Amino acid sequence: MLRAENITKRFSGVTALDAVCLEFQAGKVTAVIGENGAGKSTLMKILSGVYPDYEGQIWYKGNPVRFASPRDAQDCGIAIIHQELNLIPYLTITENIFLGRELTTRWGTLDKKAMRLRTGQLLDRLNLSISPDTLVSELKVGQQQVVEIAKALLIDSEVIIMDEPTSAISESEVEVLFRIIADLKKAQKAIVYISHKLDELFKMADRFVVLRDGKSIESGEMQGMTHDNIIRKMVGRAVHTIRRQAGFLSPKPLLSVENLCLKHPERTQENQLRNISFTVGRGEIVGIFGLMGAGRTELLETLFGLHSKRTSGKIRLDEQERYFKSPGDAIAAGLALVPEDRKKDGLVLGLDVRTNISLTNLKSIERNGLLSRAKESSLANRYITDLTIKTSSERQTARNLSGGNQQKIVLSKWLATHPKLLMLDEPTRGIDVNAKNEIYKLILQLADEGMGILVVSSELPEILAISDRILVMSEGNLTTELPANASEDEILKAAIPQTI
Amino acid sequence: MQISLQTYRPIILKFQSLIALLLLCITIGVLSDKFFTVANGWNVLRQISVNICISVGMTLVVLTAGIDLSVGSVLALSGAIAAGLLRNGIELPANNLYIGFTVFGAIVAGILTGSLLGWFNGWAITRFKLPPFVATLAMLTIARGLTMLWTEGFPITGLGDSFTFLGTGWFLGIPLPVWISGGIVLVTVLLMDQTRFGRYVYAIGGSESAARLSGVNINRIKIGVYTLAGALAAVGGLLVTSRLDSAQPNAGTSYELDSIAAVVIGGTSLSGGRGSILGTVQGAVIIGVLNNGLVLLNVSPFWQQVVKGIVILLAVIIDKSSAKGE
Repeated sequence: MLRAENITKRFSGVTALDAVCLEFQAGKVTAVIGENGAGKSTLMKILSGVYPDYEGQIWYKGNPVRFASPRDAQDCGIAIIHQELNLIPYLTITENIFLGRELTTRWGTLDKKAMRLRTGQLLDRLNLSISPDTLVSELKVGQQQVVEIAKALLIDSEVIIMDEPTSAISESEVEVLFRIIADLKKAQKAIVYISHKLDELFKMADRFVVLRDGKSIESGEMQGMTHDNIIRKMVGRAVHTIRRQAGFLSPKPLLSVENLCLKHPERTQENQLRNISFTVGRGEIVGIFGLMGAGRTELLETLFGLHSKRTSGKIRLDEQERYFKSPGDAIAAGLALVPEDRKKDGLVLGLDVRTNISLTNLKSIERNGLLSRAKESSLANRYITDLTIKTSSERQTARNLSGGNQQKIVLSKWLATHPKLLMLDEPTRGIDVNAKNEIYKLILQLADEGMGILVVSSELPEILAISDRILVMSEGNLTTELPANASEDEILKAAIPQTI
Repeated sequence: MQISLQTYRPIILKFQSLIALLLLCITIGVLSDKFFTVANGWNVLRQISVNICISVGMTLVVLTAGIDLSVGSVLALSGAIAAGLLRNGIELPANNLYIGFTVFGAIVAGILTGSLLGWFNGWAITRFKLPPFVATLAMLTIARGLTMLWTEGFPITGLGDSFTFLGTGWFLGIPLPVWISGGIVLVTVLLMDQTRFGRYVYAIGGSESAARLSGVNINRIKIGVYTLAGALAAVGGLLVTSRLDSAQPNAGTSYELDSIAAVVIGGTSLSGGRGSILGTVQGAVIIGVLNNGLVLLNVSPFWQQVVKGIVILLAVIIDKSSAKGE
């Protein structure tokens, strides 16, 4: 049905996909498997016309095709259902399904009757007994997903791509979804199914494709495969990074967390973090691994006082129980957080390097209540030199620097507060190899100087390279604690959600 | 010519509003011989000093990516409260009590009124996460209604020479309102440039989440900004009331538009984080000179509005394209 040959895609020098070949067949569910960053979403964006610019050839029903836009791909019969659903909440189901493809009468007005009728038929076919006039905002996530599928069926899609369709829906909704997928299979649609939940894949998929580091590693029949088999194919890289020698650990922990829970912001019965307990010692680097949605970022944010109203549990720093109402409290106690999205949360991009570095630390550069330019300059220049930040001057706007140098500014502004515990969320995402190594070196050096370090990463090699101890999270739980010499298989197994 | 323009481009960009102002003055001066006179010069400066007071506060608000639509009404209520207290004091016949107000007391009461209304704006915006547009729109109506209630719809006049001195007096050969607005500009430039508060205002406008993660108390800064905007609108209200020797119930109507115009012409981005007090001052002067010139040239008031609108559009378009060029 759909075949890709030697697809290569580069983003400003970084190769995201490297000569990927794969095939999706009619009447089959094909699972696309790979770690975070393996290239799954890039590939799907190419197949659905979001990235029209790539090397290689796509064949559709035996003809060469090249989609210029998502609309173009849809018109040919390829629909994608994104992890974040693309429905407009304050329009009805009918209006959403026909958005951009409205039927009109011969007077040019909307043919609401015909659209309503057709929507009703589609919903019937998908066993969703809800009025087509219902507002999408009133639907549950699972039902919204069904509406997305109805949208795909409306345009007679032959290939339906589902990106993590079960990540946000309940178990009973998953069953409904699986029934629908089985029906679609019977109707000879080609289903592409992306999921981290291996159990699901064993239940649903007929075939699999494994992507690793932007390459297609292997494809074949799902039958006869085992969990371990697949995980090995996903990981399968040679580990060439030098592991850290665990240093001396003082017996008293710097940070100890007991039964930390975080309530969901809307569904208050549910917890985003469930009874998390762990410790971090002085000079220790603790790595936290987890797949998308495991709660890693929420954990760091909670420790940093960002969700104080939804938090329960105990946080002890230096054996003193602490309660942080805001990041300001956490900073004052000696915590620092390098956030995941450095452009939005880490930096004020429109301000210059100097101002960004001093932002956390303005009190220290005050003289008689006024800011001292001289002190501010010397503070900024100290870190520009120490961390070898490549910038034309301290007055350069942060926006104009490369990702690696931007990240060094974020590190600088936190080091300037002399923290006891440094928390890093995906510290090397989108950073070139050289800057990456520099940042690793810096982290190791800081730990040697006695700082406690908590690193969140979705890159296994990163976690393995710098951690003294590894915590694995999955769906808001801390599933296991492993030593630094754990194998990638062990870590990944603990990270993959067990519920289905 | 081409080459020299390229060479001077950065300089032209940096001083574009000053250059525009200069060209504007020269054009009006050529067309009218009354423009370049000392009397007219002071006249223009006195007229714009009210807008400068308001616009300085507005600049702070806009720098945090907010907006304050209530400044005109806040100006009216603060002026009316000061005038009313000065004239009538507070009478409580039940307790057989009468509190009289000195000029100084009335001024303090006026500024407190503006601060309180501004504080309320900030509190509503941060406490209930209201869009600033909505919260201050509500305050626009509330404060106007309160003004009407306080004045019962009639102007409060006869405020005495020592009060009217504020808006009409001279000191060292310079009109008092120019001293006042100049002083306000000086202090806020210092505030924005040299203090933590100013730095946090820019950081919040540039990226609220980054500022929050850096430990900035977002709510406190925002409330401070709106309170200051209210206080400065009150100062404007005192100047207007004192110049006219009368608190008009409909004073300051649509002043928020002139002040937003000054902020925008001055190069402050409505999405926050970028701009300056001095830019706003230039913007206010451009609007003032334009108003004055159009009157001197006997342009009909109807056309004056059209021209002002076109100038605002041009200013923002030029600012956008030059920002892209950087």
